[in-house]
Parts: sequence; C-alpha cells; structure tokens
Amino acid sequence: MFLADNLPVVTENPPVLDWWLLAPLLTVFGAGVLAVLFEAFVPASRRRPLQIGVAALALLAAFAMVVLQAGSLPEGQVGTTVAAGALAVDRTVLFLQGTIALLALVSLLLISERRDGRDAFAAQAATVPGSEEERAHILAGSQHTEVYPLVLFAVLGMLMFPAANDFLTMFIALEVMSLPLYLLCGLARRRRLFSQEAAVKYFLLGAFSSAFFLFGAAMVYGYAGSVNFAEIRAAVDAGGAAIFQEGNGEPLLLLGIGLVAVGLLFKVGAVPFHNWKPDVYQGAPTPITALMASGTLVAAFGALLRVFFVPFGGSAGQWEPVLWIVAVLTMVAAAIVAVSQRDVKRLLAYSSVVHAGFILTAVVAGSSEGLAGAMFYLAAYGFTTVGAFAVVTLVRTKDGGQELGDLDRWSGLGRRHPALAGALTLFLLAFAGIPLTSGFVGKFAVFEAAVSAGATPLVVVGVLSSAVTAFFYMRIILVMFFRDPEADGPTVVRAGAATGGVIAIGVAATLLLGLYPGPVLDLLPPSGEEPAAAMADQAAGTG
Amino acid sequence: MAVESHAYLAAETGAAAAAGSAVLSNAWLLIALPLAGAAILLLGGKRTDSWGHLLATALPVASFAWAVLILFDLLGRAGDARSVAVPVYEWISVGSLSIGADLLVDPLSISFVLLITFVGSLIHIYSIGYMAEDPGRRRFFAYLNLFVAAMLVLVLADNFVLLFLGWEGVGLASYLLIGFWQYKPSAATAAKKAFIINRVGDMGLLVAIMIMFSALGAVSFSGVFEAVPGAGDGVLLAVGLCLLLGACGKSAQLPLQAWLLDAMEGPTPVSALIHAATMVTAGVYLIVRSGPIFEGAPAAQTTVAVVGAATMIAGGIIASAKDDIKKSLAGSTMSQIGMMVLAVGLGPVGYVAAIAHLITHGFFKAGLFLGAGSVMHAMNDGVDMRRYGGLARVMPITFATFGLGYLAIIGVPLLSGWWTKESIISAAFGVGGTQGMLLGSAVVAGAGLTAFYMSRMFFMTFLGEKRWDEGVHPHESPLSMTAPMVLLSVGSVALGAFLVFGDRFANFLAPTIGAHPHHFDLAHAFTAPYGLAALGVLVVGVVLAWVVYLRKPVARTAPRGNFVTVAASRELYGNEINEGLFMRPGQVLTKALVAIETHVVDGIVNGIGTSVRDASRGLGRAQTGFARSYALTMLFGAVVVAATLVVRL
Repeated sequence: MFLADNLPVVTENPPVLDWWLLAPLLTVFGAGVLAVLFEAFVPASRRRPLQIGVAALALLAAFAMVVLQAGSLPEGQVGTTVAAGALAVDRTVLFLQGTIALLALVSLLLISERRDGRDAFAAQAATVPGSEEERAHILAGSQHTEVYPLVLFAVLGMLMFPAANDFLTMFIALEVMSLPLYLLCGLARRRRLFSQEAAVKYFLLGAFSSAFFLFGAAMVYGYAGSVNFAEIRAAVDAGGAAIFQEGNGEPLLLLGIGLVAVGLLFKVGAVPFHNWKPDVYQGAPTPITALMASGTLVAAFGALLRVFFVPFGGSAGQWEPVLWIVAVLTMVAAAIVAVSQRDVKRLLAYSSVVHAGFILTAVVAGSSEGLAGAMFYLAAYGFTTVGAFAVVTLVRTKDGGQELGDLDRWSGLGRRHPALAGALTLFLLAFAGIPLTSGFVGKFAVFEAAVSAGATPLVVVGVLSSAVTAFFYMRIILVMFFRDPEADGPTVVRAGAATGGVIAIGVAATLLLGLYPGPVLDLLPPSGEEPAAAMADQAAGTG
Repeated sequence: MAVESHAYLAAETGAAAAAGSAVLSNAWLLIALPLAGAAILLLGGKRTDSWGHLLATALPVASFAWAVLILFDLLGRAGDARSVAVPVYEWISVGSLSIGADLLVDPLSISFVLLITFVGSLIHIYSIGYMAEDPGRRRFFAYLNLFVAAMLVLVLADNFVLLFLGWEGVGLASYLLIGFWQYKPSAATAAKKAFIINRVGDMGLLVAIMIMFSALGAVSFSGVFEAVPGAGDGVLLAVGLCLLLGACGKSAQLPLQAWLLDAMEGPTPVSALIHAATMVTAGVYLIVRSGPIFEGAPAAQTTVAVVGAATMIAGGIIASAKDDIKKSLAGSTMSQIGMMVLAVGLGPVGYVAAIAHLITHGFFKAGLFLGAGSVMHAMNDGVDMRRYGGLARVMPITFATFGLGYLAIIGVPLLSGWWTKESIISAAFGVGGTQGMLLGSAVVAGAGLTAFYMSRMFFMTFLGEKRWDEGVHPHESPLSMTAPMVLLSVGSVALGAFLVFGDRFANFLAPTIGAHPHHFDLAHAFTAPYGLAALGVLVVGVVLAWVVYLRKPVARTAPRGNFVTVAASRELYGNEINEGLFMRPGQVLTKALVAIETHVVDGIVNGIGTSVRDASRGLGRAQTGFARSYALTMLFGAVVVAATLVVRL
C-alpha cells in the first residue's frame, strides 16, 4: 500500500500489493537470490556455513511470519487474496505453508549433514561418474553449495503452489517447485548413474505431466474465459462463458478438469501416475527424497484440494467418480506392489503412494471434514516420513560408504542398535495407523470424513489396503528385531547432531500428534461448512 | 472430577450417578500405574535389571487394591447410580467430532478390572519364579505391565475409539510377548500370524466405528446407544457384524481362530494371562458392551450365537486331538470362549451367565495354564503329554491345584465351573423353541467334550505310569510359582458359588446391562432334564477318557505293540469295542477336523497370502524402469480420466 502511495504512477492500474502478506514468499525468494550471489562472490571455503545459515534463517522467518499472519486474521474471517487475486492467504493456506516451512527446515538439517567432510551430494556433478576427474574433485573435497539456493527455490514453489488462486500462478509455482528438484535428484554422491537416471526420468515425466496441466488449464480458460479460480467457479455456476449456450461448453470444462487432474495427480503420485516415485525416491540423495516425500506432497495436495474445492467445487458430481477410481487403484495397486519390495527406500516410496490414496479418500468426501482430515494427515505424515528417511541415511555398507537399503541385510539391526530401530519402528507403526501415533488420528480423520460423505466402500478398500500395508511394515520390524544379525551386516554410522535432531523431531511429532492432537486440530477448518468456505478466492483485481 | 454419566440404557435407569469421590475420580491411576511400570523398565534399561521385576509386580497389585476401593465405593451407591464417567482429557476434538479419553466405571467394567488386575498380579508373581533364569526378564515384565495397562484401557474406555486404542494395545503387547523368545523362528512366525489375523478383526471394529460415527453421529457408548432406537435395521446389522468380526479376531472365534494355538509359543505365564484369562475374552466384553446394538439387530445376534456354538465344538475336538499340553489347553480356551459367545448371542438373558463364566474361567484356566507351566518347568520344558504320567506324587501342590481347576472346568457340581456353565445351559434352553433346543444341546455337547479332553489331559499328565524321558527329574516348583496356583484354585472352587448363588452377580450387573436378572434355582439345576443331561455327559466324558487313557497305558509316541493286550486277553475284547465304537471314529473325526483345520482353513488363509504375493510380482513387472513405458501408462491413465469425465455426457 505505502509503496503505491509514494512512487510515481507508471501504469494506469498499478498493482496493489500487500507486502506483509507476501512477505513469507518474498523472504524465501530473497534468501534464494542472496544464496546465488554468495555462490558468485564468497570464497568456496566459507560458503557452506553461510548458505546453511541463510537458508535456515529464511525458513524460520517464513514460518514465523506465517504464524503471525494466521494470528492476525480476525476471528471468523477466513482470509483474503493478494496480488490482484493471484495468491490466496487464508487459514488453509497458512496451515499448509507453515507445515511446509517446518518440513523444509527439518529436511534442511538432513541436507546439511556431513560425515568426514562429505555430504550426500556429488563433489562435482559435471564430471563423468567414475572418471579420473571425479576422483580428483573428491580428493580435493569439492562440494556443491548450490544445493542450498536450489532447495530455497524449490521451497518457494512449494509455498506458492497451495496458495495459487489462478491457473497461471499455479503453473508457475509448479515449475518453480519442480525444476530445482529435478536437478537436486541427480546430485547423489554415490551411485551417481542411478541418481542421474532418476533425475532424467523425473524431468521427462514431470514435463509430460506439466503439459497435461497446462493443456487442461487452457481448456478451462476456453470454457470460463478466465484463469482466476473465483471467476471459473462463477462461470461454472452460470453454465460457462457467454459464448456458450445451454451447457454446450461442458465437454471443454470436463476435459479441462480431467487434464488438470492428471497434472496434479502426477505430483501427488497417485496410480496410474505414480511410476516415477519409486525410481526417483530410490535414486535421489536421501535428504532430497525426504524433502520431496514431505514438502512436495503437502504442496501438491494443497493445490489439488484448492483446485477441486474452489474452481471445480461446483462440478463435484463430475469429478468425484474419477477420484473414486484413482483412489481405489492407488490404495490397492500400490499396497500390493509394495509387498514384494526388497529395498527400504522403494518401499517407503510405495508407502507414500498408498498414503496419497488414503488422502484422496478425504478429497472424494468433498466436505470440510475431508479438507481438515487431509490437512492433518499431510502434517502428520510429513514429519513421520522425514524421520523415516533420516533413519535410512544412517544405515550403510560395511565401509560406511553408500546407504544400504536392501531389507534382507537389515537382519538383527534392532538388537545392535535398539534406539535407531525403535525410532523407525515408531514411524512404521504410525504409517500403519496404530493408535497413539499421529498416523492413527490422521487415518481416522480422513476415513471418518469419507464415511460421513457416503463413501463407505472406499473406506472399506482403504482399511483393507492399510491391513496389507501393515503387513510390510511389520516385516521390516520383524527383520530388525526377530532375526539374527548377519556377520557382514550393515554399519550404522553415528547420527550427527543434525540427523539425530531430525529423528528426534520425527519421534516427538509422531507421538505428540497421536497423543495430544487437539492444538493442531483446532487450527483446521471447522466442519459443517462447504470446504470452499475455508478458502479465500476473490476474483482478479479485487484483492 | 467425576461427573454424572448417562447410564447407557438411560431410558430405564433414569437417575444418573452422583458426583464421585476421590477414589473414583482418580480411576485413571488404575491404568497409569502399570503403564508407568512399563515405561520405567523399558526406558531405564539395564539399571533396572535387579529390581525391575519387583516394581513391575508391585504396580498391578496396587492397581488391584485401587480397584477394590472403587468396588466398595460403587457398592455404597444405589444400583442405578453405579455408572460413573470419569473424564481424563479431551483427546481428539475437531468440529462435530469430539473424543475424550474418558473412563467409564460401572459394574461391568469394574468386574473386568478386578479380574485383570487380580489374575494379572498373580501371574506377575508367578513369573518371578518362572522367568528367574531368563536374560530378558526385565523386558518380559515391561511387556506384561504394558499389557495390563492396555487391557485396562480397553475395558475402562467410555467410547469406542478409546476402546479401540486398548484393543490395539493388547494386540501389540500380545505380539511382543508371543514373540518374546525371538530366537525361536516358530515364535517369531506365531507372533506375526497372531498380529495379522488380529488386524483383520481390528478392521471390522474400525469400520464399525466409522459407520457408527456417520450413521449414528457418535462414538461414545452413551451417544451410540441413545441413537440406536432411531437407526435403520441395515445400519445396525452392518455395525453388529463388523463388531462381531472384531470380536472373532481377538477372541479366536471361527473363522479367525487359527492364531491362538500358535500363540502358545510364548512363555506360559503369557498364555495364562493373555491367551486364557483376559485378552481373548475381550470379544465377549465388546459384544456385551455393545448390547443395545445387537438387540437392535437380531440377525447379527443369531450369527453371534452360531459362531460361538461352532467354535465351542471345534475347539473341543481340537483340544481332544493335541498331545501338546499347552495346545490342548488353547483348544479348550477356544471352546470355552465359544460357549461364552454363544451365551451373549442369546441376548440380555445370557449376558450375566456369559460374564460370570468368563470370570470363573479366568480363574481356573489361568490356574490350569500355570499348572501346565509348573509341569513343563519340572520336565525340562517338554510339552508332550505322552512323556508325562505319574506326576501326582512328585508334584503334590501342582497336582492338587491343577486337579481342582480340572474339576471346576468340567463342571463337577458345586465347583465354580458348574455354577456358571449351568447358568449358560439354562439360559440357552430358556430361549425356547427350536433355537433354544439346538443351542442348549450344543452347550451340553460342548460340556461333554470338555469332560473328555480335560480328563484325558489330567490322566495323561498326573496319573498312570511314568513315561518320562531319560535325564528328567521332576520336582515341585518354588513358592512364588505355587502360591499363585493355590490362590487361583481357591477361586476355581468357590468363586462360582459366590457369584451365582443368591444371584449376587446378576443383581450387581443388572443396572449396567439392563438384563432382567435371571434367577438361578439350585434345586432346579439338579432336577431339570438339562441339568441331568449335563451331569450325564460329564460322566460319559470322564469314563471314556478313563477307559482310553488310564485303563490302558498310553503310548509314548505313535501307538505301537501293546503288551497289555497280550497279558490281559479278557480286557482286549472290551478295548476293541471301545476302539471300534468310540476311539477310532473319534480319532478319524478329530484327524479329519485337524486336517480340515490345517489344509482347508489354513489353505484359504495362506492362499490369500500367496495370491497377493503373486499379484505383487505381476504388478511389479509393470515397473520396467523405462521412462517411455511410464509415460505410456500416464497417457493411458489420462485417457481413462478424461473418458470417465466426458463419456458420461
């Protein structure tokens, strides 16, 4: 506001920007830009602590600002939009943004962890794997501190994604989030070819899905004459833009909904758009996998909830059957495939797919209970999964080199390292939805929402699927505790302060959200209303 | 602070409970004490090795003492003021969904609390001796405490969600304790089997809760039962059947019974506490607690009775076929719980009988298991009854206590089991009509089976000739083991009369379960046709076992050439008749049933597992690793999504 008052008018309609409401995004963006400058001007030896410090401060500041914004929202008011209706700032968005900021902060701890002066990332990503040049860089102790600006930009995209209030902003957020992640996936220090393959796959398939999203957005624009969510909703209620008569524009809208859905379902990893997840989760450096499995999932589901509840809220009858099918496919197929996985990271990837299916049941509910359930589930699952991946980073081959994900080799881990295996057991019990863990409250919330909305068959499938998943979580626990340790079993490297902290945070969050979820539940949208009522969606230009 | 609660059949009971005393408002201590024990022992690590087991034993005793205080507090109130809700804290609250971690103290729950803490305390004491040499003793006691805490949560919960928490908790503790001797692969497998079969049952309970919340708008007992009269038949039937599935899993009823026999891989005190006296009866508790739902769904209630009857007979036959003393007892547990489930399937008229039998069964079955543990202790952990025999003289205390438990379970008149079994039989015949006749006859037949297999066990173990392995030198167990057995045998003798005579227990429970108290007529029990029939089958069962297992020496392994048949030719004839008429058909029948058990039932269960694995491999093949095939899958998915949306037009 004050800027508009003080500066000379350069356009006829200067955008009215509420800088305070944009501050969390701008802080992360500014820190990212600053980090790029550090890369250019600060000597290599001093970059790392500086980069970590700036990234951590920016994420903390973003979280603090989100909390302050949520606190300053007047009672009974759901929120507003900023930047000419491009971004929403409401309770739902603020909850998701706060969750993402915290999850990113925790993941940052994992990313910053170093062992014997080496982090999880390639010494010099441009060298050919296995070449002399690579060895020289490793010996010289080179490192990619570019990881930190990339992470910051990815987090910026994640923060924007669920807040976007029109399809263009959402698309930009999608790309801002995805592009750095494609790069980060290919930076693993060990098994580099594998990591690069994962990055290329992720990039190709991600581009493919973005095209679907964009194509769908274009069709919706053709139908509604706007990309703004509020205007699309109004157009849907009115039967399409003025050029259409008697609903003959509906195929355009439905195709649009379908294609946008494909783009978003790819990001959350629902079947049949899930194939990338196991390969990418396994190939990427584990700290990056943790970030993707937590932050990206929250952001993608945030966007998905907004798109289905706000612009397409009036067409629920049309899209619900599609999500029914996708949710059933996801819960059934992923759970079944997971049973025969032998690698822990792949197993966690499939588990993430199954969890996406569980959350989809809450979307299908199409109610504010469903919205609240999905939000709680995302927060609960995020912290648990980061903790689980943190454990994975500690289990390595005999020489302490690369991570050892092969389940058969984990025999007896629980007897040698009871604390570590105990923490992982807690995370797995939470994934399985055992009471007193956050996973139970989350599952209860989403399933209860789905049953209330009349989707009982879906819940029966979900509960059956969760029984199958309980089987493979139990198998990990069995292998760790009930089998004799192998002579050439894995080495568990000592958890550094950062990794130890991540595991402790994961344990604390899993237990707290299971034992005393009240304070977090209070932040969620109240039930009994239209889910869209919990989301601010002014039309363009009025924000 | 304790506040008034709506006794959940509020319509009849009218007045609510008065504000509670300090004893009642701190009822959470019942749970907190053993839970603290588990935490201290698990977190304290090796430092607690030397005294941990003593602390872990003291805490359930303290819980028991507290429960007795609560009982007297309740007895000091009017009958309809004995149902008290004790709020602890608000667990989950969002929108219309509000679930408190509240406890419900009423005659039904306090009966269970007393059983759990009393038998639990005795078994802790017994374990001090039994596990003295075990390197994992501290862990064992921690798990036992955890189990007691979870079981108390289950029976004290004021709503279905908290009940489910206890339900899962006892499942977890049971899993940890069955697999306690992890180095035995059979124990690890048994633990897994128990866990997975129980998950199937848990799903039923969870779905039932979901349906209650959506259709009845509540998950608390009082809220659900108030909504029952206005609910549709379909809803109640669905909830009832889902609850029954949950009960079947936990209580090892058909078709989810397969885990209980394997669960005997756990240490014997665990079998006594969890797999005989308490956890396996949770299903009976669940059905009684959910009484109003089942009364609103007669079809579900009938299913309950049928499941119970089938399990009762199958369990009895399995128990008759096993040579492993613990597995035979486990079959007996299945059978007895089947009898209780049958009784609760009769409706309110059977509730008191079922709960009374549950409590007396808790005593004598725990006593029998502890006796079996004592015998195993003496026989170098051998479990094959064909290698026992003649132990009466070397183990007099075990013999006497086991013997009293044996007489009680087969229903010798005036001992505990007789009172409660007679109550069930008379309740079943009291239903009237064909259903009453069928169910009542089934119970009588079950009682006959019980007499046979328990006599067989008793004769093979304590009487007859010594068939010991070389190097086995049986001895009586230490005091810490025999003392609990003695106390339990007192219960085996007198508890039934105490509960049933003068309708004491029925009057105590009446306000909670809304049953018109069923008067127990002592004279009638001896003169009525069904009473005489029950006595008749008792005699037949015992005599049959005597003829087969005591009169004729028992083979140490597979039956081989029998020198007695040569020496005493006169008896040979009778033996052959016995064999031809009773034993062979019986053996064929038991073998057939065991074969059905192992090949058909397990085959179906295993078949499901195998087909999931095969499907998993098949689907896994779709994960080729080629980006192009992934993209093709996505394209296919996109076409399906678009088609689903557009083609509907």
